[in-house]
Amino acid sequence: MKRTALYDEHVRAGARIVDFAGFEMPVQYAGILKEHDAVRHRAGLFDLSHMGQFWLTGERVPEWADTLTINTVGTMKPLQARYNIFCNDAGGAHDDTIFYRLHGRWLLVVNAGNADKMWAHLNANRPSSGVELENAHGRRALIAIQGPRSVEMLQPHVDLDLGAMRYYFCAEGHVNGVLAVIARTGYTGEDGFELFVDGERASELWQALLRDCGPQGLEPCGLGARDVLRLEAGMPLYGHELTEEITPVQAGLTWALKLNKPEFVGKAALAAQCERDDYPRIVGLVMSGRAPAREGYLVMHDGRAVGEIRSGSVGPSVGNKSIATALVEPGVATEGTRLGVQVRGTAHEATVVPLPFYKRAR
Amino acid sequence: MAQPENLLYSKEHEWVSLDGDSATIGITDYAQSALGDIVYVELPKVGSSIKQFSTVGVIESVKAVSDLFTPLSGEIVEVNSALENDPAAVNREPYGAGWLLKIRVADPAEAKALLSPTEYDKIVHASH
Repeated sequence: MKRTALYDEHVRAGARIVDFAGFEMPVQYAGILKEHDAVRHRAGLFDLSHMGQFWLTGERVPEWADTLTINTVGTMKPLQARYNIFCNDAGGAHDDTIFYRLHGRWLLVVNAGNADKMWAHLNANRPSSGVELENAHGRRALIAIQGPRSVEMLQPHVDLDLGAMRYYFCAEGHVNGVLAVIARTGYTGEDGFELFVDGERASELWQALLRDCGPQGLEPCGLGARDVLRLEAGMPLYGHELTEEITPVQAGLTWALKLNKPEFVGKAALAAQCERDDYPRIVGLVMSGRAPAREGYLVMHDGRAVGEIRSGSVGPSVGNKSIATALVEPGVATEGTRLGVQVRGTAHEATVVPLPFYKRAR
Repeated sequence: MAQPENLLYSKEHEWVSLDGDSATIGITDYAQSALGDIVYVELPKVGSSIKQFSTVGVIESVKAVSDLFTPLSGEIVEVNSALENDPAAVNREPYGAGWLLKIRVADPAEAKALLSPTEYDKIVHASH
């Protein structure tokens, strides 16, 4: 089992540790709901160092990356970040990722569970010249600070103007004297920043932020809270709403699909799927009662199974309702459709709702 | 951590408060802490009969689904319906407002199969 550079910090703080994608990661510190509340109203600090970090350099990176992804890389401005998905020939998702365009190089962040697969995929498809790849997975750390008070908490620690940084942009600077890529990105539905630093400097930075911002309400948060936050915000989690079988079109991510791009892996399949419009798709469900809908539970309509739950949780920011995503047949995917979710042999009523469940006030 | 003295315990981390042939049942502080934030409790119907150590309900936290076992056989006299709207009471007061069931005990001799506070405390410490 692998550990991040911050493992000792988690243990010292009494976090509950679980296996996640081969890493010993904190699932919770004080409690999932308390941590969720901190992120929605103040700010939370996350260790995401298990995620894969690859450096891409060379003049052919943008055109090459555009042949492997569904969103555009070539049109990204310097210091811009962009969500992107690598697909297989059938249109299923290899991984969903974020590209960060820095000065003279690109940072590609991939899911922890897909890091090895993605490293192999990139190398197998690398041109003979013009693209260099470096795998920093495990050596580099990633600390996220997420929540409405992120700017005021982080600003005193950095040597650049965070207020001037737009959402989905980044910069290179220092946090507490530690060289970092600072990006205004995240996976919680709140404002916030992700700090990419050398693994050896991660502990001192983690400690400094908690020490200085703790009095303002910054709390260490685990992967449990992160999952609830991202589900409320309608963000897909690889392995749930996106898989090698579930395409970005099925997951409702067509905003990221640029069919006007020249050839890219999966384009023909995805274009055909859009055209036919007959595919099972990811919808949001709100349960009428409090029973949680768990991954794998069957979704019913007129006594017939029409799909299955892919993610589910209580939604503290959605009036504590039981919320879920489900992959369902197109005929029952319309907003307002009443469905049943099979919980331990009993159908519990649920309604199809638009995603996201939660949107922050801006 | 000492366990409340006037209760009996099961290996599955339920507690029982016995008063003649009536028993109140809940889960222990150790159990609620291990489960994390409890978001849903499914309890049996009043009037139904339950058998010692069988599954009688479900307790769900944000992340996990756990079976609820009954430490004694009997007939369900009352369930804690306040937990429908406030399942977190099990976290806050596992021995008080977070109680789960009241039963009419079928066979008081079954209590011999339960644990004393000291015996239960050993189990809790062994699982750390």
